[in-house]
Amino acid sequence: MSFEEYKDIWVFIECFQGQPKNVGFELLGQGRILADRLKQKLCAVVIESNVDKAIDGAKCYGADKIYVVQGEEYKNYSSDSYGNAFLKLCHKYRPNTILIGATIRGRELGSKIAVSLRTGLTADCTALSVDEDNANVVWERPAFGGNLYAQILCSGTRPQMGTVRPGAFKKPEKEENNISKIITENIRMDKVSALTKVIDFIKSTEDAGVKLEEAEYIVSGGRGMKGPENFAMLKELADLLGGAVGASRAAVDSGWVPQSKQVGQTGKTVSPRVYIACGISGAVQHLAGMSSSDTIIAINKDESAPIFEVADYGVVGDVFEMVPALIKEVRSIKNL
Amino acid sequence: MNIVVCVKQVPDTTEIKIDPVKNTLIRKGVPSILNPFDKNALEQALKLKDRYGGRVTVISMGPDHAKEVLREALSMGADKAYLVTDRAFGGSDTYATSYILSKVIEKLGSFDFVLVGKQAIDGDTGQTGSSIAEHLGISRLSYVLDIEISESKCIVKRQVEEGIEVVETKLPVLCTLTKESNKPRYATIRGKIDSLKAEIEEIHLTDVPDIDTTKIGLNGSPTRVKATFTPKRQSSGEIMEAVNPEKTAKVLVGKLVESKLL
Repeated sequence: MSFEEYKDIWVFIECFQGQPKNVGFELLGQGRILADRLKQKLCAVVIESNVDKAIDGAKCYGADKIYVVQGEEYKNYSSDSYGNAFLKLCHKYRPNTILIGATIRGRELGSKIAVSLRTGLTADCTALSVDEDNANVVWERPAFGGNLYAQILCSGTRPQMGTVRPGAFKKPEKEENNISKIITENIRMDKVSALTKVIDFIKSTEDAGVKLEEAEYIVSGGRGMKGPENFAMLKELADLLGGAVGASRAAVDSGWVPQSKQVGQTGKTVSPRVYIACGISGAVQHLAGMSSSDTIIAINKDESAPIFEVADYGVVGDVFEMVPALIKEVRSIKNL
Repeated sequence: MNIVVCVKQVPDTTEIKIDPVKNTLIRKGVPSILNPFDKNALEQALKLKDRYGGRVTVISMGPDHAKEVLREALSMGADKAYLVTDRAFGGSDTYATSYILSKVIEKLGSFDFVLVGKQAIDGDTGQTGSSIAEHLGISRLSYVLDIEISESKCIVKRQVEEGIEVVETKLPVLCTLTKESNKPRYATIRGKIDSLKAEIEEIHLTDVPDIDTTKIGLNGSPTRVKATFTPKRQSSGEIMEAVNPEKTAKVLVGKLVESKLL
């Protein structure tokens, strides 16, 4: 395999009903860093029935080129139709590196492409860099519940591929004047031969409000919240800050909070501006999902709780006194 | 109906501690368990069997002691268990592992479903399942909540970030299962006793003659681990005692305002 034939950094812009997800744009930011280091172009890949918003976004977030595959058959994601389109693009344009958001669909798509191209895929990365000696991407990821981090290389095959956790990186600054070259490929998929077909969709009712992965402020509760009823005060604080409520695995496993709110290795990765951990001890698997937050505030009774090791501000005290006091204080500075 | 369930023996990662001096994982004394999500996959298989009849075959790739988790699967109600084990399989990454498992599944005969946990709690990659499907040339649906078969149609409900997708799929299909999918049943006493006596057949490299040996083990793995490290955490933050919560709240919010975070 001659690596010279494989060029450019590709980023998949995952959409849902025409609406691009943040993770694709977060990856354009990381892709730009890799592309500059490797002296290659940054390309976005859009596969959808309604491509406008994804193209606009990819342009503003810095793509040099945008590959577009459009068709009714791409209205709902299926690994077969999306995978087929993505693979055809790979065969024609030979990317050097592919970045995909580690979402439910992204993980399916990534492994389909990697197996088909017989190349390496590193799952759920949280940091990316370039190995100076040989121009390989160094894929960094947590394993063993966040107890261990590994750096992975794919040095013998191209493209090198990774899925990256949503929220692990921030979106880059928008460049409204960026010009992207749009390359439209007509790849059609026979509907009759499709192996799977989405026949219905039940929208999540928890979806209302600020999304955890996109929140700038997160107020999270753990076992120390003692019961589901006490999450109301966390919600009140989160609402005041314009943020979202999260939870530790302990709170989710106790059935107090739905799994969709879980922050950590088996839950979501978040990096908000402010993360307030209330009654969370800070097991490594939780830290793996939130330690890259800009500012971490921890409130816990136990002064030896590991959460204090990552906290910028730690309060040794009772959450049931501190959270109401914070609510009052935030109200007063916001003149509410 | 033939259902294959792939399971993995994993260290209970909630029990892993870090050696504070050497900064390495302490694996000694950490119990080995059946990967929790694989239990959900097995429960789904048993539910399908209860409802529609059929046979549940469990396979695991690993060393000899992985037979423990196969026995656990048998005690829950699986019909037959195979251990896929060979030195040549060692060091496989997800590409090679999924390839080996796919060749074993093909060797076992025709199947309608391959069910696996959404991820293993040690590697946490979540891509072996989908990769097996690709090697087998079948479709995959991950985060499956329920499977129903009516009038020769298979309807699968699966969790996605935005809600629940209802998908009609052709068979065979590979599904990955998660904690929300179901509550795994307990083994019966009878099941436990029977599982101790059950023969667990071993599958070695020579039993899978059409396997491409350039795709297995360390040499067949496209990815390599360059380095591992334990996350460094040092406390550089400011710790305060909340003797007076209102005063502490004022200080805290003041700091956020000062740093333009509020």
